[in-house]
Amino acid sequence: MIKNVFSGSVDYVQILDETGNADQSLFPKELDDKTLVQMYKSMSFARAADAKAISLQRQGRLATYGPMVGEEATQVGSAFAMRPQDIFVPNFRQHGVFMARGYPLYKFYLSWKGYEEGGAQKDFKSTAVAVPVGTQMPHGVGVAFAQKYKKTGAVVVAYVGDGGTSEGDFYEAINFAGAMKVPLVSIIENNQWAISMPRSRQSAAETLAQKGIAAGIKCVQVDGNDVIGVYKVVSEAIKDASDMNPSLIECVTYRMGIHTTSDDPTKYRPDSDVEEWKKKDPISRMRAYLSKNGMWDDHLEERMVQDDAKAIDDAVAQADAFKPDPKSMFENVYSFVPDVLKDEEEKAIHSNFWQ
Amino acid sequence: MVTAINSALDIILKENDNAVVLGEDVGVDGGVFRVTDGLQKKYGEGRVIDTPLAESAIIGASIGMALEGMHPIPEIQFAGFMFLGYSQLVNHAARYRARTRSTMSVPMTVRVPVSGGIRALEHHSESPEAVYSNMGGLVVVEPSTPYDAKGLLIKAARMNDPVLFLEPTKLYRLFKQEIPEEDYEIPIGKANVVKDGDSLTIITYGTMVPVVQNAVKAKNADAEIVDLRTINPLDENTFIESVKKTGRALIVHEASASFGAGAEIAARIAEKAIYDLDAPVIRVASPSLPYPLPGYENYYVPNEKRVGEEIDRILSF
Ligand SMILES: Cc1ncc(C[n+]2csc(CCOP(=O)(O)OP(=O)(O)O)c2C)c(N)n1
Ligand SMILES: [Mg+2]
Repeated sequence: MIKNVFSGSVDYVQILDETGNADQSLFPKELDDKTLVQMYKSMSFARAADAKAISLQRQGRLATYGPMVGEEATQVGSAFAMRPQDIFVPNFRQHGVFMARGYPLYKFYLSWKGYEEGGAQKDFKSTAVAVPVGTQMPHGVGVAFAQKYKKTGAVVVAYVGDGGTSEGDFYEAINFAGAMKVPLVSIIENNQWAISMPRSRQSAAETLAQKGIAAGIKCVQVDGNDVIGVYKVVSEAIKDASDMNPSLIECVTYRMGIHTTSDDPTKYRPDSDVEEWKKKDPISRMRAYLSKNGMWDDHLEERMVQDDAKAIDDAVAQADAFKPDPKSMFENVYSFVPDVLKDEEEKAIHSNFWQ
Repeated sequence: MVTAINSALDIILKENDNAVVLGEDVGVDGGVFRVTDGLQKKYGEGRVIDTPLAESAIIGASIGMALEGMHPIPEIQFAGFMFLGYSQLVNHAARYRARTRSTMSVPMTVRVPVSGGIRALEHHSESPEAVYSNMGGLVVVEPSTPYDAKGLLIKAARMNDPVLFLEPTKLYRLFKQEIPEEDYEIPIGKANVVKDGDSLTIITYGTMVPVVQNAVKAKNADAEIVDLRTINPLDENTFIESVKKTGRALIVHEASASFGAGAEIAARIAEKAIYDLDAPVIRVASPSLPYPLPGYENYYVPNEKRVGEEIDRILSF
C-alpha cells in the first residue's frame, strides 16, 4: 500500500509591487500615513548610516564592515512589526533593525570600530551581534522559552541569512522551537548570497521557507523588498507566536553591495545581476508609493537627507571621541577578577601595555 | 605565504587523484584570502568544491571521504568557526585510528586561518592550537614562513593522519620569500632551530616567530630560536637539548597564557632539564581572556617590546 501522508506548500506575499502600487486587499489597516512615512524615513536613514560606515572603513576609521544596503525593507518592516516588549536576535547584518528600534547610533559606529563598549546595551531589547553564522538561532529559542516561562507576553524575532540556513544550529533551533512551542519568529533574510555562494548552491530546496515544514512550524515567503509586506507577515507571525505558535519567514531580498569591506564581488557575480535588483529597490518603491498618495515630495526628501546627515555626523564624532581603556579587557571576563588576571593586568599596566 | 600554500595544493591535487579541496568560497572566489585562487579553474568543480555553509558537514563529510581512500583537504574559513565542526574533529577524526586499531584511518588535512593582528572581526583572530592538541590523535602544524608552509603542507597531505594545518593570517602577506617551485617536504613533528645561540633559548611558533626574531635582533641577544613548526606531537628533544645548552627558556606564543602550549613546554622542561636552568622558565603570551575586538588587539597580542623586556629579565638572573 502506498498513500500520501503529508504534502506541504508555501505562500508568497507581496503588497507593494516594484512600481510602488499596493494591493489594497492585503494592506494592513493599522498603518496610518504617519507610520508609513516613518517606515520610509527609517529605511532611508539606515541606508545613509550604512553608506557612512563603508566610507569610514575605507578611510581606516572602522574595522571590517558588512553593509546592509538593499535589505532595508526586510529589516525595517520587521522592526516596525515588533512591539516595544519584543526582543530580537540579530546575526551581524541587521543594522537597520538596531537603528529602527532606537539603538544609539554612536554605539553602532563604536562597535564596528572594534570596541566592545559599542555593544554594551543593558536596556536594549536584543541579544548581542553574533558573527558565527547560525549560532544565534538556538539563543532565540532560549530567549523565547524565557518569555514563556516568565509569562512576559513578549515575542522573540531571530534573524538568519540564506547561508545560515545550511548550518546545523538553524535546523536544531527551528525544530526545538516547534517541539517546545516557544514564542519565536525566525526570519531568513535571504539576500541571495553567502559571500560568493549563490542561494541556488546553498540548498536544493526550492524555497528556504519550506525548511519550516519539516520542523512542523508555519512558514511563508515574502517579498523582502516590500516593507509593507514584510510588516504584515511579521506582525501576523508575532500574533501567532504570542499563542505559542512559532513560525519561519523567508524574506526574499538582495545584497546590493559587498559582503564586507574585505570582499570583491566582481570575482563571482556580474554587475548586471545587481542592476536587475536595483529595479526592485525597497526604498524607491516606498517613495513612489508615498508620493503617489500625497505623503512625500522632493522638499521633504531634501530636509530628511540633511537631518540624517547631521545625525550621522554627530554620532560619528561621538564615536571618534571614545578613548579605549585596555584595563576593561581584564575586568569584564568573569563576575570577579581572578588573581591570574590581576597579575597579568598589573604587569601590563606596569609596562604601559607595551605601547 | 598565500602563494606557497597555493603551490602546495596545486602539487597535491596534481599528484593525487583522490585529493580534493572543499570548503566555503574556496572555488569561484578562490577563498576569502585567495589561498585557493585558480585551483577550481585548473582542477574543476568536482575537485575544488564550493560547499554549503556548514562546518560540521564539511569536516564530517571529509572524514567519510577519507575513510573511503580519498584525501580531502577541507578549508574552514576562520579558526573561530572550526568549533562548529569541533565535534566531528575530536569525536571522530582524532579517534578513528585508535579505536579501530589502525584498521581505519582518517587521512585529511584541515586548513584553517588562525591568529590575529589584522584588525579582523570577532571570532576571526583566535589561536586555538592547544585546544586541538590536548586530546591526542590530531596532528597540529603551524608554519611561520612561506617556505615552511609549502613543505609542511605537502608533507601533511601525504600522511595517513588527520592534520590540522594552521595558517597565521598575519603572515599570509607579511613578507616575501623566494621559494622553490618544485615539490619538497618538511618533516612534521620536528622543530626548526631558526637561529643558534648560547645564552637563552626562545621557543615559539606561528605569528610570534618574526616578532621574536626582531626582538632578538633589537636586543642583540645571543639567543637560540626554536620554531616548533609542529605543535602536536611536540618535538621535545630539540628544545630540551637547546635549554640544556643555554640554561634559559623563554616561551613565546600568541595564544593566551593559561593552559596554552607554553604550559606544556614549560612542564616538559621542568621534567627533563630543571637542573640545567639558570633562570625560571618565562612565558610571553596573550592574557588569559577571550581575544578582544580589533580596537583592543594591540594591547592584547604580545609585541616586540614585550618580548624584549622578557629577554632582558631572563638574562638578568
Ligand atoms: C560559522 C561561520 N562560518 C563562516 C563564517 C564566515 N562568514 C561570514 S558571513 C558568511 C556568509 C553568510 O551568509 P548568509 O548567512 O547568507 O548571511 P549574509 O552574509 O548574506 O548576510 C560567511 C561564510 C562565519 N561568520 N561563521
Ligand atoms: Mg545571504
